[in-house]
Amino acid sequence: MDSEPTTLLQGTLELLILKSLVAGEMHGLGVSRRIEQLTRGTFDVKPGSLFPALHWMDKEGWISSFWGDSENNRCAKYCRFANAGLEQLEAGTKRWGRISWAIAQALESS
Amino acid sequence: MGPHFLGHRAGPGIVLERISMQLFVKIRSLSRNLFASRRVEADLSQEIHCHLQMLTEENIRAGMTQEEAQRAARLEFGGIEQVKEQVRDERIGNWLRSVLSDCRYGLRQLRNNPGFTAAAVIVLALGIGANASLFSVVNGVLLRPLPFPHPEQLVILRESKPNFATGSVSYPNFLDWQRENRTFTSMSVMRGGRSLILTGIGEAEQINAVLLGPGFFEQLGVNPALGRTFAEDEVRIGGAPTVMLSAAFWERKFGSAHDVLGKTITLEGKDYSIIGVVPASFDFLGTLRSVDAYMPIGQWSNPLLTSRAAGLGIGGIGRLAPGVTIEQARSDMERVTRNLAATYPDANKGIGAAVIPLNKWMLGNTESFLFILFGAVGFVLLIACVNVANLLLARSTRRTHEFAVRAALGAGQTRIVRQLLVESTLLVSIGGGIGLMLAALGTKTVLRMLPTTLPRTAEIGVDADVMIFALVISFAAGILFGLWPALKTARRDPQQSLQEGGRGGSVSRHRLQGVLVAAEVSLALVLLIGAGLMIRTLSTLRNVNPGFEANKILTFGFSLPPSMFNASPDSVRAALREAQGKFQAAPGVQAVSFTWGAVPLSGDDEWLFWIDGQPKPQTESEMNWAIDYVVGPDYQKAMGIALKSGRFFTAQDDEHAARVAVIDEVLAKKFFDGQNPIGKRLHVNSSEETTEIVGVVGHVNQWGLDSDDKETLRSQLYTPFMQLPDKTMAQNASGIGVLVRSDKPATVFGSIRQVNSRRRSGLVVFGAQTMEEIIASSLGDRRFSMILLGIFAALALLLSSIGIYGVISYIVGQRTREIGVRIVLGAGRADVLRLVLIEGAKMTAIGLLVGLVASFGLTRLVAHLLFGVSPTDPLTLAAVVLLLAAVSLLACYIPARRATTVDPLIALRSE
Repeated sequence: MDSEPTTLLQGTLELLILKSLVAGEMHGLGVSRRIEQLTRGTFDVKPGSLFPALHWMDKEGWISSFWGDSENNRCAKYCRFANAGLEQLEAGTKRWGRISWAIAQALESS
Repeated sequence: MGPHFLGHRAGPGIVLERISMQLFVKIRSLSRNLFASRRVEADLSQEIHCHLQMLTEENIRAGMTQEEAQRAARLEFGGIEQVKEQVRDERIGNWLRSVLSDCRYGLRQLRNNPGFTAAAVIVLALGIGANASLFSVVNGVLLRPLPFPHPEQLVILRESKPNFATGSVSYPNFLDWQRENRTFTSMSVMRGGRSLILTGIGEAEQINAVLLGPGFFEQLGVNPALGRTFAEDEVRIGGAPTVMLSAAFWERKFGSAHDVLGKTITLEGKDYSIIGVVPASFDFLGTLRSVDAYMPIGQWSNPLLTSRAAGLGIGGIGRLAPGVTIEQARSDMERVTRNLAATYPDANKGIGAAVIPLNKWMLGNTESFLFILFGAVGFVLLIACVNVANLLLARSTRRTHEFAVRAALGAGQTRIVRQLLVESTLLVSIGGGIGLMLAALGTKTVLRMLPTTLPRTAEIGVDADVMIFALVISFAAGILFGLWPALKTARRDPQQSLQEGGRGGSVSRHRLQGVLVAAEVSLALVLLIGAGLMIRTLSTLRNVNPGFEANKILTFGFSLPPSMFNASPDSVRAALREAQGKFQAAPGVQAVSFTWGAVPLSGDDEWLFWIDGQPKPQTESEMNWAIDYVVGPDYQKAMGIALKSGRFFTAQDDEHAARVAVIDEVLAKKFFDGQNPIGKRLHVNSSEETTEIVGVVGHVNQWGLDSDDKETLRSQLYTPFMQLPDKTMAQNASGIGVLVRSDKPATVFGSIRQVNSRRRSGLVVFGAQTMEEIIASSLGDRRFSMILLGIFAALALLLSSIGIYGVISYIVGQRTREIGVRIVLGAGRADVLRLVLIEGAKMTAIGLLVGLVASFGLTRLVAHLLFGVSPTDPLTLAAVVLLLAAVSLLACYIPARRATTVDPLIALRSE
């Protein structure tokens, strides 16, 4: 894990959460670990960012949440994809493609 | 956190659906947060707890001990409260949430100070309730448009005559007005108050009918509930007899059956076919609520209907053509009446037309006194606000420590102001809610109890307008009394407050409270003076001698059996004599007289005359006018009118005897100044036959207790009932006025009715009213104003004395230590008492002074309601000032007494 934190572009956290939920329903810690794994340790999402984001997405109807049991029969709040989330993921992915390409182009040129 | 990067891109078709979906989700989430926030909070705590557990487990699996694992999990997680705060911010707007927390905090504050809260809420509920209630009256009576299409086009038409600015319109003149005007879409006439005897449906009864001119309902835009309205040829004299029923009569007599059309009803022995039913909601000028039937004016059998000079109580209604102003209509009617005066000088000389907008006519002087009352009730609200502001100030002083601590912990000034405003808003919401409830429940009840002569009372009620009004004044009040103390409090230096140790109470704050108390006293003084002047007015009026003994008189109406409707004048006279004997025999009746023509304070009628020996005037309008009373021999005795000289009528002054008359002292002075009128002769109503004056009686107030001597037409002429012309007597089988003298006028009608029904006389008696009731209703506006002003003034007195009491108690509380020191230094009880009382007396004195100055300006507004008392009546002013001073000193005295019992040791130790 990098000692200097990598800040996420606004909106990318939601995209990463949606992406990680594609694998199936997950609790908060799971989402956090999954993002770490997906980004190969670049992003360590702390609860301080994760929880508000999850609640916001829940409110927007992109994901839905429910109480379930964890692996060790402990309680946990799970999140799963909602229909609106899939649309958001597709649109966001396309847009991210365009933006990252454009920024890469901009930085490489000179 | 807005997801700027993630955009919404979708086809237009599903955009709407998505928006509504999002809206739905948001609303659900918001409401869940607002109404179930405790559950949401618990949920969040649980969620965080689980997360921490899982982290700990992970760490244990990685080989840590339990403690290490827990600590590491905590570290990784970060501040639990911060996370919660962020989640909350995310879930609902930060602002909304903190306002809600202010509300919760405020509610807790209010709950913790039940005495303060109850006082403030009651004061506000009274203030707002009184205002909302009076506003609902003003709204119903003045502001809401009349329930007719284009009500601004409707006008009342009257004849302006030498003695009457708005006299009745003769039918022939109306027909000419209708034909010759150029500025009206339509004109019609109405004559109310016809009592007719209905036979053939159950027992014979007297019903209330109204005579209508052409196109009456069409003009007002009223459609019949059933059937049709009168056709033009049915309205004319000699048209087929038709009738329209009121909805109430239709229901009462026909069970609202639809097959009523084409049936007939018999009124005064004549059959009328029913052509329609008038809607239940219909009313006009507030006079048609109790009407049973509507008939064409052409059906009126009164021979004077075709007389151009007759005053039969007919009123005109017109609808101005679109775009025509009232001035244009007036000048048009001026032309029409000028032509008529030229064509018919005998009847129409000096007769013009009065054109008055309908709303002006209906309101009369209601408008001005309602606005005065509205101003008065506004004062009550101001006093309530000042009181609550004072309570809040006193309380915020006690809370300075709390606010200083909050400020030190980082709460900004705006946050503290907001907290205080939220609290005052909570107070007005509760107070306003209760006030509105009081208004909704109380207004109708109060109106029923008051001697009301208000037009359109049926339209008064708490509706959306009233609610909006209550909302606006509540929040205006909340900001008015909330913001000031809030700013005062927030501006204080927290460090100083903390050093003062919560005692607060700087001198400037006392001064502010003193100003508020003075303001309350001055507002209360103005209201008390207003109420005092009204009370003086009414007591003066009560002592006015109207020229008769009002407390012993009952009036009612009766009709002979239907068989008498087409009888000869002689048999009508005989039947009337018999009826008089029956009434006379009823227990409790001391004297009985029939009346025809004018009745003091309730109905007027005029006759023309000239004095025998003088040349007959060329035209009727040049003759002399007198109010005519056609009465029986016992009238003077029954009324208790003073006999000045000569004699009153006897039973011998009948149809066979020589014509005689009695005049009042006003007529005697005006026409026989210095001479003895007895034995002089008059020509009455253009008759060549002369009438001899046999007596002079005292003047009777025909026009009202107060305004009679300001009227131009005051001469009074009495003639014997039995000497009425044959033609008129034949008309007199129904609706005859009776006047009875009794020691118990309120109950004597019961015995008359009993005797009447026991003898199966076939007489119908109705419409009993004591003379006291007639007088009371003539004073209705004033009594209405007086009672309400009295209530408002009492409320103001109560509220301001509570205010003074509260402030002085508070100041005594704040100065306990100082008082303790004074007592230690040798001050006696009297010194302490004086110290505190002077404090209160200063505030009161300033308030009284300001109030007196203000009242000189404001009582002029009620001058037109006053009688026999000047707006600056020294007696009223002195009494009110003394009362207010006494009450406020008493309010000071209670806390001052408490100050003298201060134990210096305890007072000094309490620091």
